[in-house]
Amino acid sequence: MQPIVRTEQLCRNFGAVVAADNITVAISPGEVVGVIGANGAGKTTFVNMVTGYLKPSAGKIYFRDRDITRLKPRQVMRIGICRSFQIAQLFPELSVLDNLLVAVSSSDSAWPHFLKPLKSPARIAAAEQVLADYRIEGFRDTVVATLPQGVRKLVDIAMAMVSRPAVLLLDEPTSGVSVEEKFAMLDTIMAALRGAGATTLFVEHDIEIVERYATRVLAFYDGRIIADADPETALNDADVRRYVVGSQIHRRQVRE
Amino acid sequence: MATDRTLLGLTLALAALLLGVVVFPQWLTFLVMMSLARGLVVLGIVLQMRAGLVSFGQGLYYCIGGYTAAMLGSLYGVREVAVLIVAAILVSTLVALVLGTLLSRYRDIFFAMLSMAFSMILYGLLVKSPALGSTDGFNVPAMTFFGWKPEAQSTGVYILTCVLAFLIAAAYHRYQKSPAGYLAGAIRENEIRVEYLGSSAQSLLHCKYVIASVISAVGGLLSALATGHVDPEMAYWTTSGEFVFIAILGGTGHVAAPFIGSTLFSLVRTYAYQFFPYTWQMILGLVLLLIIVFLPRGLWSLVQRANSEKPRAADR
Amino acid sequence: MLTLLAIAVDGLIYASWLFMVAAGLTLIYGVMKILNMAHGSMFAIGAYTSAWIAGWYFAGGDVTWGYALMLGGAIAAGVLVGLVVERGLLRFLYGRDPVVMILLTYAVLLILEDVIKLVWGVDPYFAFQPYTLLGRTKVGPLTFSNYDFGVILVAAIIGVGLWWGLNRTRRGKLLLAVIHDREMSMALGIDVRAYFLLTFVIGSVLGCIAGAVTAPAISVAPGIGVEVIVLAFAVVVIGGLGSVGGALVGALIVGFSRATAVHLLPQVELFVIFGVMSLVLVVRPQGLFGRAQPRKI
Repeated sequence: MQPIVRTEQLCRNFGAVVAADNITVAISPGEVVGVIGANGAGKTTFVNMVTGYLKPSAGKIYFRDRDITRLKPRQVMRIGICRSFQIAQLFPELSVLDNLLVAVSSSDSAWPHFLKPLKSPARIAAAEQVLADYRIEGFRDTVVATLPQGVRKLVDIAMAMVSRPAVLLLDEPTSGVSVEEKFAMLDTIMAALRGAGATTLFVEHDIEIVERYATRVLAFYDGRIIADADPETALNDADVRRYVVGSQIHRRQVRE
Repeated sequence: MATDRTLLGLTLALAALLLGVVVFPQWLTFLVMMSLARGLVVLGIVLQMRAGLVSFGQGLYYCIGGYTAAMLGSLYGVREVAVLIVAAILVSTLVALVLGTLLSRYRDIFFAMLSMAFSMILYGLLVKSPALGSTDGFNVPAMTFFGWKPEAQSTGVYILTCVLAFLIAAAYHRYQKSPAGYLAGAIRENEIRVEYLGSSAQSLLHCKYVIASVISAVGGLLSALATGHVDPEMAYWTTSGEFVFIAILGGTGHVAAPFIGSTLFSLVRTYAYQFFPYTWQMILGLVLLLIIVFLPRGLWSLVQRANSEKPRAADR
Repeated sequence: MLTLLAIAVDGLIYASWLFMVAAGLTLIYGVMKILNMAHGSMFAIGAYTSAWIAGWYFAGGDVTWGYALMLGGAIAAGVLVGLVVERGLLRFLYGRDPVVMILLTYAVLLILEDVIKLVWGVDPYFAFQPYTLLGRTKVGPLTFSNYDFGVILVAAIIGVGLWWGLNRTRRGKLLLAVIHDREMSMALGIDVRAYFLLTFVIGSVLGCIAGAVTAPAISVAPGIGVEVIVLAFAVVVIGGLGSVGGALVGALIVGFSRATAVHLLPQVELFVIFGVMSLVLVVRPQGLFGRAQPRKI
């Protein structure tokens, strides 16, 4: 099967700091890839490069057959790769519904209409469907600036999914979210993503989450990939234990 | 519905003003004409302010609109207003397309200063051009209005001003509710997100810059017709500053605010100038300070960021 | 050939006072992240103070202390106004929305422009005695005023002084740290607020000095402040915000551009300057010595 996203020898330097060192990885359609690694290992740099926010120093990125290395974020979005952010990037003074409406209207066309109203019945229906998918109907009219962290992250992801992208990159979806909420949140997200048939890559620090949801694990260290396998194998790898998970014996916890 | 109400209000205002041409005394029609014309320039500023850009040089297009009209009239013998309107729109669009390529890359203070600089460039050019009357400027001759030659020139200008202001205001009102209108606020609040949603913030801002410029040029044209005169002051920084002041007072929320604000401002200034000719700027500055310090929400649509200092991502 | 020499010297003269004004503007921005639109007014205040002092002092017989008084007066004015603006206003409003900060400095500009008119009136000042008193030098068929060479000297001294102050003194290095990363400096215990005050006053004084030394060569009238801020802005943008070295290079570029335009086609003076600025920005949006922005996501 042709990989949906593929990188070839991807490199990125910031002065003397090597944030990405010959990253070569191929992601197949339908996979749920968990990306782990310590802070500064290069995970977000990777996501930034794939989505066009950062230009690689060397190497190439492909979406299906197409070379997307030089494309800007808005072009990458149109092709079908979207992302969420470590710190939710929302429009603070608008309501959740309005945030989604802006996303819906932008996904319709790059050039907005200047005279027809934003709030058409079709768009509102689409936005409300998204609200339902992510179980945040209750926050429909809440101004984003007042939202709790978990809901902010959900809105962030929901906005990215509005255009039904083929690939979704989630940057630390549960960071800042309380332990009680994490699993519920990811259950919701993963259900919605499965429903939309999106290939998913998520950056996570919480190994339990990675164990539970990922079909494959990429471990980053110092800009390189040190493990690329199914979760069981990757998480028990010696290097991964040393540099990422921790030197204690890795214990598996079964959760109801 | 709110939309209907505003549009209804604008239509009623238009009707009232048009009827007024018969009964209003001379000074009132002049006040209305100038307020509406200048209100259009303020509207141009407001349009950009919604995207977070403060233009201290809107006078550039105000001046371009006026001078295009005056030059065509005085130097090229044009006597039909329709030609003037088309010309003002064309010239301002051209200039805005060019300048906008640079300005749309900048935000905040850079945009503000660059816009001021460009209007001062025009001012400098005009002041040093004897062919264009230097500091005296020159006059605008009488015109026909789409073929109609009114008895009193001011009647024609008055009706034209009311109609044009109405059309532009109505369009602006629709714009506020449109995707483009919402994107202005979105760009101001989170430009990165807008990019990731698939739109080019820079292109959008460039487009808004051009539209605002055209609106301001029309304002300049109408003002030139109303007073019968243009001079380089139109591009001077103090003129632009007054437009900004009115925009701040009125806010970016409602389309009627620039016009009402402009009217009040004209009234106050006429009297203030008599008593405080040397301290008018200072009064403006102090009032602006008071608004900023005591009524930060008074600039309600302007200061709509939740935090004043955004947190930075701590790790990669 | 002669024109070239004239342009070169005039360019150097413009660059001299432009550098002093721009250095102040860029320092204030670098430390406080505020582009002070009222900075041009400091130039104007310095010019008016010095012209006024020159007016009554040089009218009498003895001119020994004239230049020192002009300079001293301007510095005093700069310190006074800088203190009043920073302590009385700015310090309460740090960290506000960028648009609010723009409007704030604009309000100060409006106020200062009228304060100038109130204190010194609206008629222009011509204080030419200090200018002509130093005599002239002939370079080939061209004549230059020795005063102008003096201005270049003052700018050079200030440039060296700034460099030494920033790079060789402890306070200066701390200031550079604050410019580089304010949050980190605060975390390290540097009293950033105190540096704000210091920088604002120094920056304002620099603007005043520039005005003071330029005053005898020009007609000091209302509105010069705004003309200057427009030029200073171009300099600072070309050189890169926060960089004093950039201000120097930018001043030279703008100075020579201006001299060229003034000698060849005066109407396009500002046009040429901003054309050059636009070219630099297209190639290097952060200015020649500016630092690229840190990542936000």
